Amino acid sequence: MTIIDINTFNTLKESTDAEFIQELINAFLEDAPLQIQRMKESLQKKDAELFTRAAHTVKSNAATFGATELANLARELESMGRENNLEVGNKLQVMEEAFEQVKNQLNELK
Amino acid sequence: MVISSEPARLLIVDDNKINRMILSRTLEQQNHIVETANDGKEGLEKIRTGSFDLVLLDIEMPEMNGFEVLEACLKDVELRQIPIIMTSAMDELDAVVKCVELGAEDYLTKPVNPILLRARVNASLEKKRLRDEQRKLFRTFATKEVAEELLRTGFSLGGKQVIASVLFADIRSFTSIAESQTPAESIDLLNEYFSLMFDAIINNGGTVNQVIGDGLMAVFGAPIFFEDHAEKSVRAALDMLEQLKVFNKNLLSQGKNQIHIGIGIASGTMVAGYTGTQSRAIYTCIGDTVNIASRIEEYTKEALRPLLIDNHTRLGLPESYQVEDLGKIVFKGKHNAIKIFAVSD
Repeated sequence: MTIIDINTFNTLKESTDAEFIQELINAFLEDAPLQIQRMKESLQKKDAELFTRAAHTVKSNAATFGATELANLARELESMGRENNLEVGNKLQVMEEAFEQVKNQLNELK
Repeated sequence: MVISSEPARLLIVDDNKINRMILSRTLEQQNHIVETANDGKEGLEKIRTGSFDLVLLDIEMPEMNGFEVLEACLKDVELRQIPIIMTSAMDELDAVVKCVELGAEDYLTKPVNPILLRARVNASLEKKRLRDEQRKLFRTFATKEVAEELLRTGFSLGGKQVIASVLFADIRSFTSIAESQTPAESIDLLNEYFSLMFDAIINNGGTVNQVIGDGLMAVFGAPIFFEDHAEKSVRAALDMLEQLKVFNKNLLSQGKNQIHIGIGIASGTMVAGYTGTQSRAIYTCIGDTVNIASRIEEYTKEALRPLLIDNHTRLGLPESYQVEDLGKIVFKGKHNAIKIFAVSD
């Protein structure tokens, strides 16, 4: 699966200017690790609501940049959280790894 | 693609920073003035105080979610007029449908397509502009409540049966008054007269629905029903006569002829609704009650009393009103005699 869907990314890029795209990418790269941290903490605290909301944010932003795989992984975790199922196994770790790949690619695209 | 539009005040309510950034930027590029709120609670506070033309509202949010914000806005008569576009992820379509059914103007799925965003925002702003114009128009001939009711239920030609009171008023021998002065003077006189009469009617909950020459027709208790429509209509008529006294004093001081009016009121069932075509329609009432009110108004000339009412209207009056029984009258073309009462001012 592609890390960044280039069509989605280009649509976003064309709708604005280069400087703003950089700002957006920076905002995402700052925000996503915070959300992942929040998800880890909420797993420990068994706070499904907080977990769901953080996953929701990652999903939404990943989709914005065309990071399809990351978005799908986050969506899966979001649904689990919504069903109060926090038995996520290694899914959060997989999502975090996916984010690292997205991060590298976005840094190249900046 | 750039769709030109008038700048508007927009509020973006979204807990996601990236979404706020993208939405703000896209709309600011269109010269709109954009403010943001980070959650539903903050959003609602801003909606209440910020006089926005349009709100873009996320659904999934902490504190208060978009659904709750939408509900709070729709409950508020003032806020209900602000169009709200829901923004949500593709997989929240169920929630979106619920919002649109509840009264949201439109929706957008995230990630938001900038062209679609601009198109939907502009379409919603345009619709709001039209509604605002309609509202302004309505308010020139109806009370605020009636205007809101018309906006809420929309225009639909075709009527419904209502119980209400109808008032007709005419200036006595206006034709000869008009002949004795310039056309401009006559129009000025009429306009001053109508503005006083309209105030008296509107202040008592009535709606003026027709003005023909020097005559007017007003309805009380429709399109919004109120129990004391008969009393309100008589109250309005008495206020009209009171206003006329002041008006006549002014005319006298300017050396002009005074004017006299006759008012007839009837109450009962009638058909109320829009008559005309889809492009030009007026809210009016038709039926026997309306005809009787018109006949009673004409009868004021013969009875030499300024305010006459039918029995249904009299029965709706508290005892404090001074009412004189003038007996039964058979109007031309009518089979049944009608009891007529004069109300003293």
